[in-house]
Amino acid sequence: MSSNKNNESQSITQVIAASSLGTLIEWYDFYIFGSLAVIIGHHLFPSDAGASALINTLAIFAAGFIVRPFGALVFGRLGDLVGRKYTFLLTLVLMGGSTFLIGLIPSYESIGYAAPILVLILRLVQGLALGGEYGGAATYVAEHAPKGKRGFYTSWIQTTATLGLFLSLGIIILTKNLIGAEEFADWGWRIPFLLSILLVGVSIYIRLKMHESPVFTKLKTEGKISANPLKESFQKKANFKMVLLALFGATMGQGVVWYTGQFYAQSFLENTCKLDFNESRYILLWAILFATPFFVIFGAWSDKVGRKWIMLTGMLLGVLFYRPIYQYFIDATNVKEMSKTEVVTSSEPIIKLEVSDTSQDSVTTTTIHKSLASGMSYTETQTKVVPGDVLVAIPELKVAISEVKLSSNTYILFILLVFFQVLLVTMVYGPIAAFLVELFPTQIRYTSMSLPYHIGNGVFGGLVPFIATLVASYSGSTPLSGLWYPIGIAAISIIIGAVYIENKVDKTVMDK
Amino acid sequence: MSSIKKILGLVWMILGPVIILFLIQQAYEKIGIAEVGIDKTNTALQWSIIILIFIPICAGLVIFGKYAWDGEYDKLPEGVED
Repeated sequence: MSSNKNNESQSITQVIAASSLGTLIEWYDFYIFGSLAVIIGHHLFPSDAGASALINTLAIFAAGFIVRPFGALVFGRLGDLVGRKYTFLLTLVLMGGSTFLIGLIPSYESIGYAAPILVLILRLVQGLALGGEYGGAATYVAEHAPKGKRGFYTSWIQTTATLGLFLSLGIIILTKNLIGAEEFADWGWRIPFLLSILLVGVSIYIRLKMHESPVFTKLKTEGKISANPLKESFQKKANFKMVLLALFGATMGQGVVWYTGQFYAQSFLENTCKLDFNESRYILLWAILFATPFFVIFGAWSDKVGRKWIMLTGMLLGVLFYRPIYQYFIDATNVKEMSKTEVVTSSEPIIKLEVSDTSQDSVTTTTIHKSLASGMSYTETQTKVVPGDVLVAIPELKVAISEVKLSSNTYILFILLVFFQVLLVTMVYGPIAAFLVELFPTQIRYTSMSLPYHIGNGVFGGLVPFIATLVASYSGSTPLSGLWYPIGIAAISIIIGAVYIENKVDKTVMDK
Repeated sequence: MSSIKKILGLVWMILGPVIILFLIQQAYEKIGIAEVGIDKTNTALQWSIIILIFIPICAGLVIFGKYAWDGEYDKLPEGVED
Protein backbone atom coordinates (compact mmCIF):
# COMPACT_ATOMS: atom_id res chain seq x y z
CA MET A 1 0.00 0.00 0.00
CA SER A 2 2.76 2.34 1.08
CA SER A 3 4.85 1.33 -1.93
CA ASN A 4 1.93 2.00 -4.28
CA LYS A 5 1.48 5.40 -2.75
CA ASN A 6 5.15 6.15 -3.24
CA ASN A 7 5.01 5.03 -6.88
CA GLU A 8 1.90 7.11 -7.51
CA SER A 9 3.45 10.11 -5.84
CA GLN A 10 6.69 9.72 -7.78
CA SER A 11 4.83 9.31 -11.04
CA ILE A 12 2.82 12.48 -10.46
CA THR A 13 5.98 14.35 -9.53
CA GLN A 14 7.55 13.23 -12.81
CA VAL A 15 4.45 14.23 -14.73
CA ILE A 16 4.49 17.69 -13.18
CA ALA A 17 8.24 18.06 -13.71
CA ALA A 18 8.09 17.03 -17.38
CA SER A 19 5.10 19.24 -18.14
CA SER A 20 6.37 22.18 -16.15
CA LEU A 21 9.92 22.13 -17.50
CA GLY A 22 8.71 22.23 -21.09
CA THR A 23 6.25 25.00 -20.31
CA LEU A 24 8.93 26.91 -18.42
CA ILE A 25 11.23 26.80 -21.43
CA GLU A 26 8.48 27.87 -23.78
CA TRP A 27 7.68 30.83 -21.60
CA TYR A 28 11.37 31.67 -21.36
CA ASP A 29 11.63 31.64 -25.14
CA PHE A 30 8.60 33.82 -25.40
CA TYR A 31 9.65 36.42 -22.85
CA ILE A 32 13.20 37.12 -23.86
CA PHE A 33 11.74 38.77 -26.92
CA GLY A 34 9.46 41.01 -24.83
CA SER A 35 12.24 41.92 -22.42
CA LEU A 36 14.64 42.84 -25.23
CA ALA A 37 12.08 44.69 -27.38
CA VAL A 38 13.95 48.01 -27.21
CA ILE A 39 17.31 46.52 -28.25
CA ILE A 40 15.80 44.24 -30.90
CA GLY A 41 13.94 47.24 -32.32
CA HIS A 42 17.23 49.01 -32.98
CA HIS A 43 18.52 46.04 -34.99
CA LEU A 44 15.34 45.32 -36.94
CA PHE A 45 14.38 48.81 -38.07
CA PRO A 46 16.14 51.84 -39.59
CA SER A 47 18.34 53.68 -37.09
CA ASP A 48 16.27 56.89 -37.41
CA ALA A 49 12.98 55.13 -36.59
CA GLY A 50 13.04 56.34 -32.95
CA ALA A 51 9.86 55.55 -30.95
CA SER A 52 8.32 53.83 -33.95
CA ALA A 53 10.94 51.07 -33.74
CA LEU A 54 9.78 50.21 -30.21
CA ILE A 55 6.10 50.31 -31.17
CA ASN A 56 6.74 48.17 -34.26
CA THR A 57 8.75 45.69 -32.21
CA LEU A 58 5.97 45.58 -29.63
CA ALA A 59 3.58 44.97 -32.54
CA ILE A 60 5.72 41.99 -33.63
CA PHE A 61 5.70 40.86 -29.99
CA ALA A 62 1.91 41.24 -29.91
CA ALA A 63 1.57 39.28 -33.18
CA GLY A 64 2.97 36.26 -31.36
CA PHE A 65 0.19 36.57 -28.81
CA ILE A 66 -2.53 37.14 -31.36
CA VAL A 67 -1.87 33.84 -33.18
CA ARG A 68 -1.92 31.83 -29.97
CA PRO A 69 -5.66 31.06 -30.25
CA PHE A 70 -4.99 29.59 -33.72
CA GLY A 71 -2.25 27.43 -32.21
CA ALA A 72 -4.79 26.38 -29.58
CA LEU A 73 -7.16 25.24 -32.33
CA VAL A 74 -4.55 23.45 -34.44
CA PHE A 75 -2.69 21.70 -31.63
CA GLY A 76 -5.73 21.33 -29.40
CA ARG A 77 -7.44 19.36 -32.16
CA LEU A 78 -4.30 17.29 -32.63
CA GLY A 79 -4.08 16.64 -28.89
CA ASP A 80 -7.68 15.44 -28.71
CA LEU A 81 -7.12 13.20 -31.75
CA VAL A 82 -3.66 11.66 -31.32
CA GLY A 83 -2.96 12.32 -27.66
CA ARG A 84 -1.50 14.88 -25.29
CA LYS A 85 2.07 13.61 -25.15
CA TYR A 86 3.12 13.81 -28.80
CA THR A 87 1.30 17.06 -29.38
CA PHE A 88 3.06 19.00 -26.72
CA LEU A 89 6.34 17.43 -27.80
CA LEU A 90 5.81 18.93 -31.24
CA THR A 91 4.97 22.37 -29.83
CA LEU A 92 8.20 22.30 -27.84
CA VAL A 93 10.34 21.59 -30.93
CA LEU A 94 8.65 24.37 -32.92
CA MET A 95 9.03 26.83 -30.10
CA GLY A 96 12.69 26.06 -29.41
CA GLY A 97 13.62 26.02 -33.10
CA SER A 98 12.06 29.37 -33.87
CA THR A 99 13.62 31.00 -30.80
CA PHE A 100 17.07 29.75 -31.76
CA LEU A 101 16.64 31.12 -35.29
CA ILE A 102 15.62 34.57 -34.00
CA GLY A 103 19.08 34.71 -32.42
CA LEU A 104 20.61 34.25 -35.88
CA ILE A 105 18.60 36.81 -37.86
CA PRO A 106 20.83 39.48 -39.49
CA SER A 107 20.10 43.12 -38.71
CA TYR A 108 18.22 45.70 -40.79
CA GLU A 109 21.54 47.12 -41.95
CA SER A 110 22.46 43.76 -43.53
CA ILE A 111 19.20 42.59 -45.12
CA GLY A 112 16.81 45.54 -44.86
CA TYR A 113 13.14 44.90 -44.17
CA ALA A 114 13.67 41.16 -44.58
CA ALA A 115 14.96 41.27 -40.97
CA PRO A 116 11.68 42.31 -39.27
CA ILE A 117 9.68 40.13 -41.68
CA LEU A 118 11.71 37.02 -40.79
CA VAL A 119 11.44 37.76 -37.10
CA LEU A 120 7.69 38.26 -37.49
CA ILE A 121 7.37 34.83 -39.17
CA LEU A 122 9.40 33.14 -36.40
CA ARG A 123 7.41 35.00 -33.79
CA LEU A 124 4.20 33.68 -35.36
CA VAL A 125 5.55 30.12 -35.15
CA GLN A 126 6.42 30.74 -31.48
CA GLY A 127 2.92 32.00 -30.80
CA LEU A 128 1.29 29.04 -32.58
CA ALA A 129 3.43 26.57 -30.63
CA LEU A 130 2.73 28.26 -27.31
CA GLY A 131 -0.98 28.15 -28.18
CA GLY A 132 -0.75 24.39 -28.31
CA GLU A 133 1.57 23.88 -25.38
CA TYR A 134 -0.24 25.13 -22.34
CA GLY A 135 -3.53 23.28 -22.86
CA GLY A 136 -1.61 20.06 -23.35
CA ALA A 137 0.47 20.46 -20.21
CA ALA A 138 -2.49 21.50 -18.03
CA THR A 139 -4.69 18.69 -19.35
CA TYR A 140 -1.88 16.15 -18.98
CA VAL A 141 -1.26 17.04 -15.32
CA ALA A 142 -4.95 17.40 -14.46
CA GLU A 143 -5.71 13.97 -15.90
CA HIS A 144 -3.00 12.48 -13.69
CA ALA A 145 -3.94 14.39 -10.52
CA PRO A 146 -5.71 12.60 -7.66
CA LYS A 147 -9.13 13.68 -6.42
CA GLY A 148 -9.26 16.96 -4.57
CA LYS A 149 -5.74 17.99 -5.56
CA ARG A 150 -6.19 19.18 -9.11
CA GLY A 151 -5.81 22.83 -8.17
CA PHE A 152 -2.66 22.06 -6.23
CA TYR A 153 -1.00 19.95 -8.95
CA THR A 154 -1.90 22.13 -11.93
CA SER A 155 -0.75 25.23 -10.06
CA TRP A 156 2.83 23.99 -10.50
CA ILE A 157 2.41 24.51 -14.23
CA GLN A 158 1.08 27.97 -13.48
CA THR A 159 4.34 28.86 -11.77
CA THR A 160 6.26 28.21 -14.98
CA ALA A 161 4.96 31.24 -16.82
CA THR A 162 6.36 33.39 -14.05
CA LEU A 163 9.52 31.34 -13.61
CA GLY A 164 10.11 31.52 -17.38
CA LEU A 165 9.97 35.28 -17.11
CA PHE A 166 12.26 35.09 -14.09
CA LEU A 167 14.73 32.90 -15.96
CA SER A 168 14.68 35.13 -19.02
CA LEU A 169 15.32 38.27 -16.95
CA GLY A 170 18.05 36.48 -14.99
CA ILE A 171 19.90 35.32 -18.12
CA ILE A 172 19.55 38.74 -19.73
CA ILE A 173 21.00 40.51 -16.69
CA LEU A 174 23.77 37.92 -16.31
CA THR A 175 24.75 38.13 -19.98
CA LYS A 176 24.68 41.90 -19.91
CA ASN A 177 26.81 42.08 -16.78
CA LEU A 178 29.30 39.57 -18.17
CA ILE A 179 29.92 41.17 -21.55
CA GLY A 180 29.02 44.81 -20.81
CA ALA A 181 26.11 46.98 -21.86
CA GLU A 182 27.54 48.09 -25.22
CA GLU A 183 28.49 44.61 -26.37
CA PHE A 184 25.13 43.32 -25.20
CA ALA A 185 23.26 45.95 -27.21
CA ASP A 186 25.45 45.19 -30.23
CA TRP A 187 25.42 41.39 -30.42
CA GLY A 188 25.04 39.95 -26.88
CA TRP A 189 21.24 40.15 -26.99
CA ARG A 190 21.39 37.11 -29.29
CA ILE A 191 22.88 34.88 -26.56
CA PRO A 192 19.63 34.34 -24.56
CA PHE A 193 17.91 33.28 -27.82
CA LEU A 194 20.69 30.85 -28.78
CA LEU A 195 20.92 29.39 -25.27
CA SER A 196 17.33 28.22 -25.43
CA ILE A 197 18.28 25.32 -27.71
CA LEU A 198 20.13 23.62 -24.83
CA LEU A 199 17.14 23.90 -22.54
CA VAL A 200 14.80 22.57 -25.22
CA GLY A 201 17.06 19.53 -25.78
CA VAL A 202 16.85 18.59 -22.10
CA SER A 203 13.10 19.03 -22.04
CA ILE A 204 12.53 16.91 -25.17
CA TYR A 205 14.59 14.13 -23.61
CA ILE A 206 12.45 14.17 -20.45
CA ARG A 207 9.16 14.37 -22.29
CA LEU A 208 10.00 11.48 -24.60
CA LYS A 209 10.20 9.23 -21.55
CA MET A 210 6.70 10.09 -20.35
CA HIS A 211 3.56 8.01 -20.92
CA GLU A 212 0.28 9.19 -22.41
CA SER A 213 -2.43 10.54 -20.05
CA PRO A 214 -4.34 7.61 -18.42
CA VAL A 215 -7.71 9.26 -19.01
CA PHE A 216 -6.99 9.78 -22.69
CA THR A 217 -5.55 6.27 -23.05
CA LYS A 218 -8.73 4.80 -21.52
CA LEU A 219 -10.87 6.83 -23.88
CA LYS A 220 -8.79 5.73 -26.85
CA THR A 221 -8.93 2.06 -25.83
CA GLU A 222 -12.70 2.30 -25.60
CA GLY A 223 -12.84 3.98 -29.01
CA LYS A 224 -14.51 7.08 -27.55
CA ILE A 225 -12.17 9.82 -28.75
CA SER A 226 -13.81 12.61 -30.67
CA ALA A 227 -13.78 12.34 -34.46
CA ASN A 228 -13.95 16.10 -34.84
CA PRO A 229 -12.99 18.00 -31.67
CA LEU A 230 -13.34 21.43 -33.30
CA LYS A 231 -16.89 20.74 -34.39
CA GLU A 232 -17.84 19.28 -31.01
CA SER A 233 -16.27 22.16 -29.11
CA PHE A 234 -17.70 25.03 -31.04
CA GLN A 235 -20.81 23.78 -32.80
CA LYS A 236 -22.45 22.06 -29.85
CA LYS A 237 -24.21 24.73 -27.85
CA ALA A 238 -23.63 22.91 -24.53
CA ASN A 239 -19.86 23.16 -25.01
CA PHE A 240 -19.65 26.44 -26.86
CA LYS A 241 -21.56 28.30 -24.14
CA MET A 242 -18.95 27.08 -21.64
CA VAL A 243 -16.13 28.24 -23.94
CA LEU A 244 -17.69 31.72 -24.00
CA LEU A 245 -18.25 31.70 -20.24
CA ALA A 246 -14.64 30.67 -19.59
CA LEU A 247 -13.41 33.46 -21.85
CA PHE A 248 -15.53 36.37 -20.67
CA GLY A 249 -15.94 35.36 -17.04
CA ALA A 250 -12.40 34.25 -16.26
CA THR A 251 -9.54 34.16 -18.78
CA MET A 252 -10.16 37.64 -20.19
CA GLY A 253 -9.76 39.29 -16.77
CA GLN A 254 -7.01 36.90 -15.78
CA GLY A 255 -5.05 37.75 -18.94
CA VAL A 256 -5.00 41.51 -18.35
CA VAL A 257 -4.14 41.15 -14.66
CA TRP A 258 -1.28 38.80 -15.59
CA TYR A 259 0.27 41.06 -18.21
CA THR A 260 -0.22 44.26 -16.25
CA GLY A 261 1.57 42.87 -13.21
CA GLN A 262 4.35 41.01 -14.96
CA PHE A 263 4.96 43.00 -18.11
CA TYR A 264 3.44 46.43 -18.09
CA ALA A 265 4.84 47.19 -14.64
CA GLN A 266 8.41 46.72 -15.82
CA SER A 267 7.80 48.47 -19.13
CA PHE A 268 6.23 51.40 -17.24
CA LEU A 269 9.10 51.66 -14.78
CA GLU A 270 11.65 51.64 -17.58
CA ASN A 271 9.97 53.75 -20.26
CA THR A 272 7.74 56.14 -18.29
CA CYS A 273 9.58 56.43 -14.97
CA LYS A 274 12.98 56.20 -16.74
CA LEU A 275 14.29 53.77 -14.18
CA ASP A 276 17.72 52.28 -14.75
CA PHE A 277 17.66 49.12 -16.97
CA ASN A 278 18.98 46.79 -14.27
CA GLU A 279 17.05 48.39 -11.44
CA SER A 280 13.65 47.94 -13.11
CA ARG A 281 14.50 44.30 -13.80
CA TYR A 282 15.76 43.60 -10.29
CA ILE A 283 12.53 45.04 -8.87
CA LEU A 284 10.51 42.63 -10.99
CA LEU A 285 12.82 39.73 -10.17
CA TRP A 286 12.48 40.24 -6.41
CA ALA A 287 8.73 40.66 -6.69
CA ILE A 288 8.39 37.48 -8.75
CA LEU A 289 10.67 35.54 -6.44
CA PHE A 290 8.57 36.34 -3.36
CA ALA A 291 5.23 35.94 -5.10
CA THR A 292 5.78 32.69 -7.02
CA PRO A 293 4.98 30.32 -4.09
CA PHE A 294 1.53 31.89 -3.96
CA PHE A 295 0.60 30.22 -7.26
CA VAL A 296 0.71 26.91 -5.44
CA ILE A 297 -0.88 28.32 -2.28
CA PHE A 298 -3.87 29.73 -4.15
CA GLY A 299 -4.08 26.65 -6.39
CA ALA A 300 -4.23 24.36 -3.35
CA TRP A 301 -6.64 26.68 -1.54
CA SER A 302 -8.97 26.61 -4.56
CA ASP A 303 -9.31 22.83 -4.04
CA LYS A 304 -10.94 23.62 -0.70
CA VAL A 305 -12.94 26.83 -1.24
CA GLY A 306 -13.56 26.76 -5.01
CA ARG A 307 -11.84 28.53 -7.87
CA LYS A 308 -14.20 31.38 -8.62
CA TRP A 309 -13.90 33.85 -5.75
CA ILE A 310 -10.13 33.61 -5.49
CA MET A 311 -9.79 34.56 -9.15
CA LEU A 312 -12.41 37.33 -9.01
CA THR A 313 -10.89 38.86 -5.86
CA GLY A 314 -7.54 39.10 -7.65
CA MET A 315 -9.19 40.94 -10.55
CA LEU A 316 -11.13 43.27 -8.22
CA LEU A 317 -8.01 44.29 -6.30
CA GLY A 318 -6.35 45.08 -9.63
CA VAL A 319 -9.25 47.29 -10.71
CA LEU A 320 -9.13 49.17 -7.40
CA PHE A 321 -5.39 49.58 -6.95
CA TYR A 322 -3.70 49.83 -10.37
CA ARG A 323 -4.12 53.58 -10.75
CA PRO A 324 -2.94 54.54 -7.22
CA ILE A 325 0.08 52.22 -7.58
CA TYR A 326 1.17 53.61 -10.96
CA GLN A 327 0.51 57.18 -9.81
CA TYR A 328 2.92 56.52 -6.95
CA PHE A 329 5.52 55.17 -9.41
CA ILE A 330 5.31 58.46 -11.32
CA ASP A 331 5.39 60.69 -8.24
CA ALA A 332 8.33 58.86 -6.67
CA THR A 333 10.47 59.11 -9.79
CA ASN A 334 9.58 62.63 -10.88
CA VAL A 335 13.14 63.91 -10.46
CA LYS A 336 12.51 67.05 -12.50
CA GLU A 337 10.30 68.35 -9.69
CA MET A 338 12.78 67.40 -6.97
CA SER A 339 16.03 68.45 -8.54
CA LYS A 340 15.92 72.18 -7.82
CA THR A 341 16.27 71.86 -4.06
CA GLU A 342 17.56 68.38 -3.45
CA VAL A 343 20.60 67.93 -5.68
CA VAL A 344 23.59 67.29 -3.44
CA THR A 345 26.20 66.25 -5.99
CA SER A 346 26.60 66.72 -9.71
CA SER A 347 29.23 65.06 -11.84
CA GLU A 348 31.44 67.02 -14.20
CA PRO A 349 29.36 67.67 -17.33
CA ILE A 350 30.33 65.71 -20.42
CA ILE A 351 29.84 67.99 -23.40
CA LYS A 352 29.67 66.88 -27.02
CA LEU A 353 29.33 69.22 -29.97
CA GLU A 354 28.22 68.02 -33.39
CA VAL A 355 27.62 70.08 -36.51
CA SER A 356 25.40 68.69 -39.25
CA ASP A 357 27.09 68.63 -42.67
CA THR A 358 23.90 69.36 -44.54
CA SER A 359 21.88 71.83 -42.43
CA GLN A 360 24.82 73.32 -40.50
CA ASP A 361 22.72 72.91 -37.31
CA SER A 362 24.95 72.57 -34.28
CA VAL A 363 23.88 70.12 -31.58
CA THR A 364 25.41 70.40 -28.11
CA THR A 365 24.74 67.49 -25.76
CA THR A 366 25.54 67.93 -22.07
CA THR A 367 25.33 64.91 -19.82
CA ILE A 368 25.39 65.31 -16.03
CA HIS A 369 24.95 62.65 -13.40
CA LYS A 370 23.12 64.02 -10.35
CA SER A 371 22.53 62.63 -6.86
CA LEU A 372 19.73 63.77 -4.59
CA ALA A 373 19.60 64.13 -0.81
CA SER A 374 17.06 61.31 -0.64
CA GLY A 375 19.60 58.85 -2.07
CA MET A 376 18.18 58.86 -5.57
CA SER A 377 20.34 59.53 -8.61
CA TYR A 378 19.77 60.09 -12.31
CA THR A 379 21.38 61.20 -15.54
CA GLU A 380 20.29 64.47 -17.10
CA THR A 381 20.96 65.03 -20.79
CA GLN A 382 20.50 68.52 -22.17
CA THR A 383 20.38 68.78 -25.93
CA LYS A 384 20.71 72.25 -27.41
CA VAL A 385 20.15 72.65 -31.12
CA VAL A 386 21.23 75.90 -32.75
CA PRO A 387 19.86 76.10 -36.32
CA GLY A 388 22.46 76.78 -38.99
CA ASP A 389 20.08 79.16 -40.72
CA VAL A 390 20.81 82.52 -39.04
CA LEU A 391 17.35 83.84 -39.97
CA VAL A 392 15.63 81.29 -37.73
CA ALA A 393 18.43 80.96 -35.20
CA ILE A 394 16.32 80.33 -32.08
CA PRO A 395 18.14 77.68 -30.05
CA GLU A 396 16.03 74.74 -28.97
CA LEU A 397 16.79 73.14 -25.58
CA LYS A 398 15.57 69.68 -24.58
CA VAL A 399 16.16 68.05 -21.21
CA ALA A 400 15.86 64.29 -20.89
CA ILE A 401 16.09 62.19 -17.73
CA SER A 402 17.38 58.63 -17.77
CA GLU A 403 18.97 55.91 -15.59
CA VAL A 404 17.00 56.90 -12.51
CA LYS A 405 18.13 54.98 -9.44
CA LEU A 406 15.95 54.88 -6.35
CA SER A 407 16.80 55.42 -2.70
CA SER A 408 16.81 52.25 -0.58
CA ASN A 409 13.41 52.89 1.00
CA THR A 410 11.72 53.74 -2.29
CA TYR A 411 13.37 50.73 -3.91
CA ILE A 412 11.87 48.41 -1.29
CA LEU A 413 8.50 50.08 -1.63
CA PHE A 414 8.63 49.61 -5.42
CA ILE A 415 9.40 45.92 -4.91
CA LEU A 416 6.42 45.63 -2.55
CA LEU A 417 4.10 47.35 -5.01
CA VAL A 418 5.20 45.14 -7.90
CA PHE A 419 5.01 42.14 -5.54
CA PHE A 420 1.40 43.10 -4.78
CA GLN A 421 0.64 43.12 -8.51
CA VAL A 422 2.28 39.72 -8.99
CA LEU A 423 0.35 38.45 -5.97
CA LEU A 424 -2.85 39.38 -7.81
CA VAL A 425 -1.45 37.41 -10.76
CA THR A 426 -1.08 34.36 -8.54
CA MET A 427 -4.69 34.73 -7.36
CA VAL A 428 -6.12 34.83 -10.86
CA TYR A 429 -3.67 32.43 -12.47
CA GLY A 430 -3.02 29.81 -9.77
CA PRO A 431 -6.45 28.16 -9.92
CA ILE A 432 -7.29 28.76 -13.58
CA ALA A 433 -5.88 25.57 -15.12
CA ALA A 434 -7.98 23.43 -12.79
CA PHE A 435 -10.99 25.67 -13.42
CA LEU A 436 -10.69 25.28 -17.21
CA VAL A 437 -9.99 21.54 -17.15
CA GLU A 438 -13.12 20.95 -15.07
CA LEU A 439 -15.37 22.79 -17.52
CA PHE A 440 -14.92 20.39 -20.44
CA PRO A 441 -15.15 16.63 -21.13
CA THR A 442 -12.03 14.59 -21.97
CA GLN A 443 -12.84 14.11 -25.69
CA ILE A 444 -12.59 17.81 -26.42
CA ARG A 445 -10.79 19.14 -23.34
CA TYR A 446 -7.50 20.08 -25.03
CA THR A 447 -9.29 22.01 -27.79
CA SER A 448 -12.02 23.57 -25.67
CA MET A 449 -9.90 24.85 -22.81
CA SER A 450 -7.04 26.06 -25.01
CA LEU A 451 -9.10 28.52 -27.01
CA PRO A 452 -10.54 30.67 -24.18
CA TYR A 453 -7.23 30.48 -22.35
CA HIS A 454 -5.26 31.81 -25.29
CA ILE A 455 -7.78 34.44 -26.35
CA GLY A 456 -7.82 35.63 -22.75
CA ASN A 457 -4.07 35.59 -22.32
CA GLY A 458 -2.82 35.97 -25.87
CA VAL A 459 -5.21 38.60 -27.15
CA PHE A 460 -6.57 40.44 -24.11
CA GLY A 461 -3.45 40.01 -22.00
CA GLY A 462 -0.80 40.09 -24.70
CA LEU A 463 -2.13 43.36 -26.04
CA VAL A 464 -1.75 45.14 -22.67
CA PRO A 465 1.78 46.52 -23.29
CA PHE A 466 1.00 47.40 -26.90
CA ILE A 467 -2.43 49.03 -26.39
CA ALA A 468 -1.39 50.74 -23.16
CA THR A 469 1.78 52.16 -24.78
CA LEU A 470 -0.17 53.20 -27.87
CA VAL A 471 -2.92 54.93 -25.87
CA ALA A 472 -0.44 56.68 -23.57
CA SER A 473 1.56 57.96 -26.56
CA TYR A 474 -1.23 60.10 -28.01
CA SER A 475 -1.41 63.79 -27.27
CA GLY A 476 -3.91 64.64 -24.55
CA SER A 477 -3.39 61.38 -22.70
CA THR A 478 -1.61 60.99 -19.38
CA PRO A 479 0.94 58.27 -18.51
CA LEU A 480 -1.86 56.51 -16.64
CA SER A 481 -4.28 56.50 -19.58
CA GLY A 482 -3.05 53.13 -20.78
CA LEU A 483 -4.28 51.52 -17.57
CA TRP A 484 -7.92 52.00 -18.53
CA TYR A 485 -7.59 49.06 -20.87
CA PRO A 486 -6.73 46.37 -18.25
CA ILE A 487 -9.03 48.00 -15.68
CA GLY A 488 -12.01 48.01 -18.06
CA ILE A 489 -11.49 44.43 -19.24
CA ALA A 490 -11.02 43.13 -15.67
CA ALA A 491 -14.16 44.97 -14.50
CA ILE A 492 -16.33 43.33 -17.19
CA SER A 493 -14.83 39.94 -16.39
CA ILE A 494 -15.61 40.38 -12.67
CA ILE A 495 -19.30 41.09 -13.39
CA ILE A 496 -19.64 38.14 -15.77
CA GLY A 497 -17.70 35.80 -13.49
CA ALA A 498 -19.62 36.81 -10.36
CA VAL A 499 -23.02 36.42 -11.97
CA TYR A 500 -22.63 33.43 -14.28
CA ILE A 501 -19.85 31.18 -12.97
CA GLU A 502 -20.54 28.69 -10.20
CA ASN A 503 -18.07 28.35 -7.35
CA LYS A 504 -17.46 24.64 -7.48
CA VAL A 505 -14.65 22.12 -7.38
CA ASP A 506 -15.27 19.18 -9.67
CA LYS A 507 -14.42 15.96 -7.84
CA THR A 508 -13.30 14.08 -10.92
CA VAL A 509 -12.44 14.86 -14.50
CA MET A 510 -13.21 11.28 -15.54
CA ASP A 511 -16.18 11.19 -17.91
CA LYS A 512 -18.99 8.73 -17.48
CA MET B 1 -30.49 35.53 -10.02
CA SER B 2 -31.95 34.23 -13.27
CA SER B 3 -33.51 37.60 -14.05
CA ILE B 4 -30.19 39.39 -13.42
CA LYS B 5 -28.45 36.95 -15.76
CA LYS B 6 -31.14 37.60 -18.35
CA ILE B 7 -31.03 41.40 -18.08
CA LEU B 8 -27.25 41.43 -18.18
CA GLY B 9 -27.52 39.21 -21.27
CA LEU B 10 -29.16 42.16 -22.98
CA VAL B 11 -26.28 44.39 -21.82
CA TRP B 12 -23.71 42.03 -23.36
CA MET B 13 -25.64 41.91 -26.62
CA ILE B 14 -25.58 45.69 -26.80
CA LEU B 15 -22.01 46.02 -25.51
CA GLY B 16 -20.52 43.92 -28.36
CA PRO B 17 -21.40 46.33 -31.20
CA VAL B 18 -20.86 49.35 -28.93
CA ILE B 19 -17.23 48.31 -28.33
CA ILE B 20 -16.62 47.93 -32.05
CA LEU B 21 -18.16 51.34 -32.80
CA PHE B 22 -16.09 52.85 -29.97
CA LEU B 23 -12.90 51.33 -31.38
CA ILE B 24 -13.69 52.61 -34.88
CA GLN B 25 -14.40 56.08 -33.49
CA GLN B 26 -11.20 55.99 -31.44
CA ALA B 27 -9.18 54.83 -34.44
CA TYR B 28 -10.58 57.66 -36.57
CA GLU B 29 -9.81 60.21 -33.85
CA LYS B 30 -6.38 58.94 -32.81
CA ILE B 31 -4.98 58.43 -36.28
CA GLY B 32 -5.79 62.09 -36.91
CA ILE B 33 -3.93 63.40 -33.87
CA ALA B 34 -0.97 61.01 -33.90
CA GLU B 35 2.31 62.74 -33.27
CA VAL B 36 4.90 62.85 -36.04
CA GLY B 37 7.01 60.03 -34.58
CA ILE B 38 3.96 57.83 -34.08
CA ASP B 39 2.57 58.73 -37.49
CA LYS B 40 5.50 56.96 -39.14
CA THR B 41 4.47 53.67 -37.56
CA ASN B 42 1.38 53.16 -39.73
CA THR B 43 -1.05 53.80 -36.92
CA ALA B 44 -3.90 53.12 -39.32
CA LEU B 45 -2.55 49.61 -39.81
CA GLN B 46 -2.25 49.03 -36.05
CA TRP B 47 -5.78 50.19 -35.38
CA SER B 48 -7.10 48.08 -38.26
CA ILE B 49 -5.47 45.01 -36.71
CA ILE B 50 -6.90 45.82 -33.29
CA ILE B 51 -10.40 46.27 -34.73
CA LEU B 52 -10.08 43.11 -36.82
CA ILE B 53 -9.10 41.09 -33.75
CA PHE B 54 -11.90 42.43 -31.61
CA ILE B 55 -14.70 41.95 -34.17
CA PRO B 56 -14.96 38.14 -33.64
CA ILE B 57 -14.50 38.58 -29.88
CA CYS B 58 -17.34 41.10 -29.73
CA ALA B 59 -19.44 38.74 -31.88
CA GLY B 60 -18.73 36.12 -29.21
CA LEU B 61 -19.90 38.58 -26.55
CA VAL B 62 -23.17 39.08 -28.43
CA ILE B 63 -23.67 35.29 -28.65
CA PHE B 64 -22.84 35.01 -24.95
CA GLY B 65 -25.47 37.67 -24.23
CA LYS B 66 -28.00 35.83 -26.39
CA TYR B 67 -27.36 32.59 -24.50
CA ALA B 68 -27.76 34.43 -21.19
CA TRP B 69 -30.97 36.04 -22.42
CA ASP B 70 -32.25 32.59 -23.44
CA GLY B 71 -31.51 31.23 -19.95
CA GLU B 72 -28.71 28.90 -21.06
CA TYR B 73 -26.66 29.82 -17.98
CA ASP B 74 -29.48 29.44 -15.45
CA LYS B 75 -28.43 25.87 -14.73
CA LEU B 76 -24.86 24.89 -15.45
CA PRO B 77 -23.67 21.27 -15.73
CA GLU B 78 -22.34 19.75 -12.50
CA GLY B 79 -18.83 18.94 -13.69
CA VAL B 80 -17.91 17.18 -16.88
CA GLU B 81 -20.07 14.13 -16.20
CA ASP B 82 -23.20 15.96 -17.40
